[in-house]
Amino acid sequence: MTGAVALQVDGLSTDYGPVRAVDGVTLSVREGSVTAVLGANGAGKTSLLRTISGLERASAGRAVLYGQDILGIAVEDIVRRGLAHVPEGRGVITELSTEENLRLGGLWRGADGASLEEMYELFPALRERRTQLAGSLSGGERQMLSIGRALLSAPRVLLLDEPSLGLAPIVSAQIMQLIRELATERRLAVLLVEQNARSALSIADRGIVLNVGRVVADDAAAVVAADEGLRQAYLGF
Amino acid sequence: MVRFIDLTLNGISTGAVYAAVALALVMIWRATRIVNFAQGAMLMITTFIASSVIGSTGSYWLGFAVALASGLLLGAIVERVLIRRIEGGPPLNAVIVALGLLILLEAAAGMIWGNTPRSFPPAFSIRGYDVGGTHLLFAPNDTFTVLVVFAVAAGLGLLFRRTRLGLQMRAAALAPEVARLLGVRVGRMFTLGWAFAAFAGSLAGLLVAPSVFVGPNQFDSILIFGFTAAVLGGLDSPAGAIVGGVVLGLVLSYVSGYESASLVTLAALVVLIAVLMIRPGGLFSTTRERRV
Repeated sequence: MTGAVALQVDGLSTDYGPVRAVDGVTLSVREGSVTAVLGANGAGKTSLLRTISGLERASAGRAVLYGQDILGIAVEDIVRRGLAHVPEGRGVITELSTEENLRLGGLWRGADGASLEEMYELFPALRERRTQLAGSLSGGERQMLSIGRALLSAPRVLLLDEPSLGLAPIVSAQIMQLIRELATERRLAVLLVEQNARSALSIADRGIVLNVGRVVADDAAAVVAADEGLRQAYLGF
Repeated sequence: MVRFIDLTLNGISTGAVYAAVALALVMIWRATRIVNFAQGAMLMITTFIASSVIGSTGSYWLGFAVALASGLLLGAIVERVLIRRIEGGPPLNAVIVALGLLILLEAAAGMIWGNTPRSFPPAFSIRGYDVGGTHLLFAPNDTFTVLVVFAVAAGLGLLFRRTRLGLQMRAAALAPEVARLLGVRVGRMFTLGWAFAAFAGSLAGLLVAPSVFVGPNQFDSILIFGFTAAVLGGLDSPAGAIVGGVVLGLVLSYVSGYESASLVTLAALVVLIAVLMIRPGGLFSTTRERRV
């Protein structure tokens, strides 16, 4: 079941010079739910996430995390408010070991060995590779590492940018299942950006379709998935 | 044979000083992708401060400590006031700012302390050891030089490898944006990186000052040697900086002893150019290309 609104975005816009990448986007993400943001390349999905987490400056609008306006707060402070962002390309630091990458996620709050151990239980593959450089991990392992690292910051809201990118279909399906479980079992509010609309909608509660920075559809995931027009025009399946 | 031993030991001792300068350059390069051409001038300032403290209090070790502390402070101030504004900009901006700082510091030092080089005391005796009736040039002060540089290098290595602060500093240097998303205070890490680097630099200044004297331009050559050692070691690797420093120290010592002391600077430039042509990634390069 979905709970209270964790993240509320109102009329958010982001400009890169004369180009408006995000154009008046309004959405909300509830506790224990997955909201999928879909759309073609260049639709503004990544820019939307980067603006929410403070990596890009918003030119208009608001982003509210549990009642607190977070726009204008430094990136490194937003994570302290309970929002974790797994960036495009996973953001694994390849020159550091798997364990060093993991530990980084919890350093700011002084996370102890127990929470590290919990991540190894969630992702046993990472334990085997704990001393190896993260650059030697496979795509799926890197995705687990970046998600595990984000979880170590004990977030309430999780932003995920294209977690299935470059993964084999079976691995991608596992990651999607994991995301669903994180939302349901840990009561996380997940904002999931995906190109692979079909698999994202299969685990999402809500589907939002972006086109050239604007929201063109916002509905229950099943409704979006069943909409022939949307699928043909924007989702490609 | 004694001559060979003398030259080898001398090479290790001077190489340790180059290693300290190289370490300073490498740490700043890793943290902010800037080659700090002002490092020579920064260590000149801290050595002048040591000279003043020693002159007025008579205590070498007080001057030593004050110089290291002012190195930390100067590094942090330079990063906060100057470098923070140009981070992420074109590399040439950083070069120009560093050169500007170099000129500013040298001019300021001349105005404050005068342009005539002054002598600087060594920490320990510079009278060589007598081993089995043979008089060596290697002296207690050289032992101190080698040990203190290696101790500082090892300490910094432990800091980077074994502490939470070190992990955050490495993450900030390797992937600033990801580090920020993980809550690392990247700006603070850069400031600390510059502070530790200038600390290593100020140590080099104290160690080399007895032989080059203290003056506004006396440390220009040490920067060239340190830069060569850093490039030799790969510019990205603190361990490489140490090895590069010692290797360069040995090469220059042999050149100076067997050929001519006047060829030393030329030999350093030959080494620099040779490395850049043959192994631009340094002696320890893996596969990644230099981005400069």
